[in-house]
Amino acid sequence: MYRYDEFDHKIVTERVEQFRGQVARRLSGELSEDEFKPLRLMNGLYLQLHAYMLRVAVPYGTLSSRQLRQLAHIAREYDKGYAHFTTRQNVQYNWPRLADVPDILKDLADVEMHALQTSGNCIRNITTDPYAGVSADELEDPRPWAEILRQWSSLHPEFSFLPRKFKIAINGAKEDRAAILFHDIGIGMARGGNGEIGFRVYVGGGQGRTPMVAECIREFLPKTDLLAYMEAILRVYNRFGRRDNLYKSRIKILVHQIGAEAMAKQVEDEFAAIQKQGDTLNVPPSEVDRILAYFAPKNYESLGDFAPETEEARLADENFARWLDVNTAAHKIPGYRIANISTKPVGGIPGDMSADDMDAVADLADKFSFSELRVTHKQNLTFADVRGKDLHALWKALDERGLASANISLITDQIACPGLDYCNLANTRSIPIAQEISKRFEDAELQRRIGRLHINISGCINACGHHHVGHIGILGVDKKGVEYYQVGLGGSSDNNGSIGKIVGPAFARDEIVDAIGTIVDTYLKQRVNGEEFLDTYRRIGLQPFKETLYDTTQH
Amino acid sequence: MAQHHNQTAQTLAVTANRLLDGEVVYFTDGGSWSEHFKDAAVVRSKGDGEAMLQRAMPSVEALEVIGPYLFEVREAGSGTAPVSVRENIRMNGPTVRLDLGKQAEHPRV
Repeated sequence: MYRYDEFDHKIVTERVEQFRGQVARRLSGELSEDEFKPLRLMNGLYLQLHAYMLRVAVPYGTLSSRQLRQLAHIAREYDKGYAHFTTRQNVQYNWPRLADVPDILKDLADVEMHALQTSGNCIRNITTDPYAGVSADELEDPRPWAEILRQWSSLHPEFSFLPRKFKIAINGAKEDRAAILFHDIGIGMARGGNGEIGFRVYVGGGQGRTPMVAECIREFLPKTDLLAYMEAILRVYNRFGRRDNLYKSRIKILVHQIGAEAMAKQVEDEFAAIQKQGDTLNVPPSEVDRILAYFAPKNYESLGDFAPETEEARLADENFARWLDVNTAAHKIPGYRIANISTKPVGGIPGDMSADDMDAVADLADKFSFSELRVTHKQNLTFADVRGKDLHALWKALDERGLASANISLITDQIACPGLDYCNLANTRSIPIAQEISKRFEDAELQRRIGRLHINISGCINACGHHHVGHIGILGVDKKGVEYYQVGLGGSSDNNGSIGKIVGPAFARDEIVDAIGTIVDTYLKQRVNGEEFLDTYRRIGLQPFKETLYDTTQH
Repeated sequence: MAQHHNQTAQTLAVTANRLLDGEVVYFTDGGSWSEHFKDAAVVRSKGDGEAMLQRAMPSVEALEVIGPYLFEVREAGSGTAPVSVRENIRMNGPTVRLDLGKQAEHPRV
């Protein structure tokens, strides 16, 4: 993985000391809250319901075991013994004291981490496929380009005060595991006419109060032009994006208002103008090579695909067999598998992990996956490089700590935002709904029978829980101080991205879990030929679900 | 902010977050701040609420708290309780982690 150079170290270390001074001036009264707020937000520090919240960047979701141990140390030393993995592949602490934050940032800097650009109207953490670099269906590893984008976007003076926050995702595989159609810019690696690999560029996707699927504005972009083209998009947005209305300030509104064709023309004109000025935005091949080297393939062993010890354990233990089937994925190197660690045991809090478990996972990463792991946008963790013959030992170690839930992409693998249990913006709680649904469907055989089904839950219209792209999406709404839950069906963040449609009137807190049960029952009755939920929904539409839902709940 | 203050509410208290650690605090009859809702001053008219909020504002300049605001409370048994889910969660802590927040340290808030 990428290691900081002298410039990275300097930037991050200087920022720690700048923020230390800013906190001191705030505590002495030299800075008012109005003056301090934008400064703390630039360092990822929010004020939530119960305390401050610090959001730490995990660039494109990649962590070393050393970094994870430091995150555990911070959780133990400065917080309440746990951390929360987010849908943007970041980490949040829910209870830091203001005076401690500079020391936390110093501890982060010691392991090449920071909280820069995890808030504010700037380019946020670049996200990518958690299987990047190892998946069997990959065209090319997107992480070097995510790193180049990180360096380009970090403290970029022209793009530090955009009309609104800006999110970029890049995916290198055939299957979109980075939700690129729902980002301000989505980049998919693609092959050009003469076979060379470059990028397909989408713009204007997003969720929030106005969900939109991104539009493709460039079918093929050569690699050398990536930064110039990104710069062109950001310039067009900076110039024409609305600053007068918070709710219309994202680039998706601009794309929607002027149309994808006009947007593409604006960008291409700006791109041409940038290119006329010279090639300063072309990444030099030597620099690309330098960064590529950080992501070179690991020192893999020559192994056969078949691991007899794993097969033996699979036949002997049905729990291991289920985990193997559900939580691991194909690796491009024979004899290796990708293994996912679910943060969602039955009744658990999606994304939360104790400091002790983080330490244990770091030890396992050392032992089984080249001391690295990834945070996924579905709030789980991934070991990218596990020898097939080690899978049983890994599973046993995870199982002993309660970390072997075999539910990746099943109904209990829910995305849930922190909701009203923590968040100052939320209207309703999300986590308790996820917990109750998880308990309702805890039976492993039932989960297997239901198949792939993503339930995403947001506690407000800001959609941090990605409810718009849940196969079943749940949105919390406040009705005169009382929690209600609106249900959408048919959302998806994969290659055929779609936004869920609202099924009908919202459900009360004590109705929502039964409503989900009714939806699942309806699907199981209606599905044919081994369909997954999304297939059935796309074939039969909303109506059958409406009929069963509103008959059974008496709306 | 979600669950906005009910503009027609008559029974009111003032809350804020403490500058140093973000802790939820309540304005008291004595003009200080308490971590416990049971110590909160409660008034029973909108006018008295506005006056109380004005009395609380100097605490911002004094670097004690951030963002004081009024919230609605209701009569509950011999005392009062917040009306909204939001303020109940602020008063106690996360409903999904009963070992955290005020409820962990002071089970009878």
